[in-house]
Amino acid sequence: MVQPLFPSRRRVLDLESQTASRWVDVVLLCFIAAVAYGVIRAAARWSEPLSPGTTIDLSPSHLPLYAGLSTMRMAIAYIISLTFSLAYARIAVASRNAERVMIPLLDILQSIPILSFMPGVVLGLVALFPGRTLGLELAAILLIFTSQAWNLAFSFHQSLRTIPPELGEAATVCQLGFWRRFTRLELPSGVIALIANSMMSWAGGWFFLMASEQFTIGPKSLRLPGLGSYLATAAEQDDVRAITLGLLTLIAIIVLLDHVLWRPLVAWSDRFKLEQSSAAEVAHSTVLDFLRASRLIEWTGARLVMPAWRRLDAVLSHAGPPRLPVAFDFVTRSRARRLARYVMLGVVVLVVLWGAFAAAREVAGISVRQWGDVGVGAAATFLRTTIALALGAAWTIPLGVAIGTNPRWARRMQPIVQVVASIPATAVFPVLLLALLALPGGLNIAAVALMLLGTQWYVLFNVIAGAMSIPSELKEAAVNYHVTGWRRWRTLILPAIFPYLVTGMLTATGGAWNASIIAEYVSFGGRTVRTVGLGSLIAGAAERGDFPLLLAATLVMAAVVIAVNRLIWRRLYVLAESRYRLQ
Amino acid sequence: MTTLTDPQPDSIRAEALLSAERVGKYYGDDRAPVLEDVSVSLHPGEFVALLGPSGSGKSTLLRILAGLMSPSYGQVLVHGTPLHGANVQVAIVFQSFALFPWLTVLQNVELGLLATELPEQERRERAVRAIDLIGLDGFEEAFPKELSGGMKQRVGFARALVVQPEVLFMDEPFSALDVLTAENLRQELRELWASRSIPTQAVLMVTHNIEEAVSLADRILVFGANPGRIRIELKGLPAAERARKGPARAQLVEAIYRIMTNPGEDASAIYEAGKPTPKRPRRRRQQSIPDVSIDDLTGFVQYLAGMGGKAVLHELGRDLQMRGDDLLAISEATDLLGLATVQGRIIALTEMGARFAEVELDEEKALFRERVLERVALMKKIVGDLAAADSHTLEADGVLSELAHSFSKEEARRQFETVVDWGRYAELFTYDDVDGELRLDEEHRIAT
Repeated sequence: MVQPLFPSRRRVLDLESQTASRWVDVVLLCFIAAVAYGVIRAAARWSEPLSPGTTIDLSPSHLPLYAGLSTMRMAIAYIISLTFSLAYARIAVASRNAERVMIPLLDILQSIPILSFMPGVVLGLVALFPGRTLGLELAAILLIFTSQAWNLAFSFHQSLRTIPPELGEAATVCQLGFWRRFTRLELPSGVIALIANSMMSWAGGWFFLMASEQFTIGPKSLRLPGLGSYLATAAEQDDVRAITLGLLTLIAIIVLLDHVLWRPLVAWSDRFKLEQSSAAEVAHSTVLDFLRASRLIEWTGARLVMPAWRRLDAVLSHAGPPRLPVAFDFVTRSRARRLARYVMLGVVVLVVLWGAFAAAREVAGISVRQWGDVGVGAAATFLRTTIALALGAAWTIPLGVAIGTNPRWARRMQPIVQVVASIPATAVFPVLLLALLALPGGLNIAAVALMLLGTQWYVLFNVIAGAMSIPSELKEAAVNYHVTGWRRWRTLILPAIFPYLVTGMLTATGGAWNASIIAEYVSFGGRTVRTVGLGSLIAGAAERGDFPLLLAATLVMAAVVIAVNRLIWRRLYVLAESRYRLQ
Repeated sequence: MTTLTDPQPDSIRAEALLSAERVGKYYGDDRAPVLEDVSVSLHPGEFVALLGPSGSGKSTLLRILAGLMSPSYGQVLVHGTPLHGANVQVAIVFQSFALFPWLTVLQNVELGLLATELPEQERRERAVRAIDLIGLDGFEEAFPKELSGGMKQRVGFARALVVQPEVLFMDEPFSALDVLTAENLRQELRELWASRSIPTQAVLMVTHNIEEAVSLADRILVFGANPGRIRIELKGLPAAERARKGPARAQLVEAIYRIMTNPGEDASAIYEAGKPTPKRPRRRRQQSIPDVSIDDLTGFVQYLAGMGGKAVLHELGRDLQMRGDDLLAISEATDLLGLATVQGRIIALTEMGARFAEVELDEEKALFRERVLERVALMKKIVGDLAAADSHTLEADGVLSELAHSFSKEEARRQFETVVDWGRYAELFTYDDVDGELRLDEEHRIAT
């Protein structure tokens, strides 16, 4: 049987494309010039003296500048997150013992509300670079980093663990050293998952944009010029026009990034698919096609990038001792190694104990009444997050199933849903507040709405994926045997999407609790509005500089999130895996 | 282990390129032996086949010799020096091709040369020449997903040959290909090896296909399972007779079939006797349930009954297009249950087997139930334990961990799944996958 030819991945250049390619080069040059200018200006800014009351100018002319600065911060944080994830996952895979510590640690880090640690971190960094904006910028980048890094690390770790063993053996047999093995085998195996998770990470980053560009610690209020602080200032000053313009700019950037960055990457990453069949549906991106047609890129690629890469590759391949890769299961029996392992374990234990002591000492000063407040707050926030998750599930499940079971809709809706999901709810929050604060119990409703907006996308995406995975034969059998309506839902659809739903809810839970810190305590229209809740306690304590209460409330929140994850979602997930897997 | 090669005086015999000395491998804490006390050596000019059923450890031995795994005891010698880490003199062709999906054919082939200090130009030339050698000229820029199975394996060969390895290892290289493509590639390999157009000095091939081993190898090592060990070493056919369907070839194939269908008996006795041996009492090795599903078992018995109750075993395998592995497993299963026996090259239904093929489903199940309780130790034990247990329920994990004492974890799992399949069919017990429990089927309880 003759194998059908895979559709050619490089379009043949015809005359029309020749002209097009010239235009592309011009556009590219302009783009590169703009980015270079932006970076130079930003660098200049960073060494400027820090003025605590940096005023945000709400006039539209400043919007491009602020937007550029915010995007730059996001990009820097993303690069750091990516590097961190690659290193972290790789180290975790290299050693069994390391993995046993590192992966649960990642789990915990994912559940901790980062916003509560921000005051301490900000103060520290500002003190490190006195009088300059650099410290504040680093704090903002750090916050964005913490919202982007964890799922990237999980994803790469998962990819490394699922590399087909024969590919690993082939790499060992070909005597590939560490660097070559990493660049030829391990990194490529993770590309597709990393790209999908990067898109999620950016969405998470935008969510924290407003929180990351503005810090109120005690009496001080520090602000960075950027889109987030623009929106926050506009909300404070009740300036509806500014809010709208800012929101539109944000949406424009997100759509632009989607078209110029993510879609081309997804299309390009098709060659990294592990299943070796020429799939019918290949993602398509006009931007990628244009870039491929660009002669400028071709030239720089061939003349500059590739030779430089080859030289770098050669140097790095020979780095390190020239030993042969050791057999996989070679067990170190040497005394020295074991001793080193015990010492490291001891150090880790000591650090953890010291941390626990220090925390206990801080927390000890809290009165019983305050503990009571924490308890009540936790209960209130728990109620709110549960309502938000329930509401989210209520509308995302039907819609997700509708989209997922209909492949044509799925194809059309998916890019749209992805962009809409990237728009951070925190940007829309001020608008919500305007509308809802007038109503009785206003902030409560607004808080639930924010949690809902921020986390429903996780559930929706997962439900769509779950619905798409229902084999068409099962659907046909249901039709054939007249299994319709509620019975169809009960016997086919709900069991099929159950594992995916649980995964989505797990992610959504952490997000909802994290969002409570922003949602339950807001400064709006010149005044502070708060409600009973753990998030409100944390935000209030941060503002007042009450560190013991801050620490106590944060620990309680982390504990609750971890508990809910372990006791509810993970148990359900295990049930889902064993009983409801579709194979 | 017995050797049936012509003894050569030591002075003429060339030094072994690669050898394993009394090598063994355990898995897990409970020391389930995958390989037991195996010694192999490879000499220049040899094509050696490791032949055996699945679970006999031949792939494990290959990986130990290649330095991908370290043995639990024993050592591997490369030109007389002990091996630590990956074996430089070896290149491997894998069963599932193991091509990197994101690299072109040319880049995949060059992968083997990256570790050498060759300049890029020369690397490219060598890779192109290797691609030409295996007949894929023009496909250098193609990606693996554009290639058929046979072409992918050619790339696998090119990647292995481009480094000019001293020894070429092949791990079931043709078993993932369809029959015609596999035959084509085998022929090309034969020509390549015979014409000495590659500097490789020896070839080691792992296979479960008896015909394949006979048509390619100078020496055939027949493996046994549970534990993995070499049962007998056979001299292969002279090169001229390997491709043709002559009498010498037929005789060797049948001899190997006889050896492999009688796993409990002494291999050299079977080989030397050359005629059907009287049934000797089984050697005391841990009884293992062959990997055969009920469907295959009943279908096979029906088919054999349709052929008049008798057939030449390896012809039957060819007609049913069964893998060597599966054919042996089914003949072992029917022998175990007393439904058929193998005498020499013929497999014949017993009286019980003939009745089994005739009757209706219910009676068929009753017959099976009786047989399986009588002959299969594991089934008897499980039913006995169930009868004695509280509420006649057993935890699956308990049964599994007991099995894991004598077998590797995967093999234990596989045996458990087979015994559950048989037990459910016989209506002896039910199994709840979610709770992990075996429950006695009260209706059909037989006093054991």
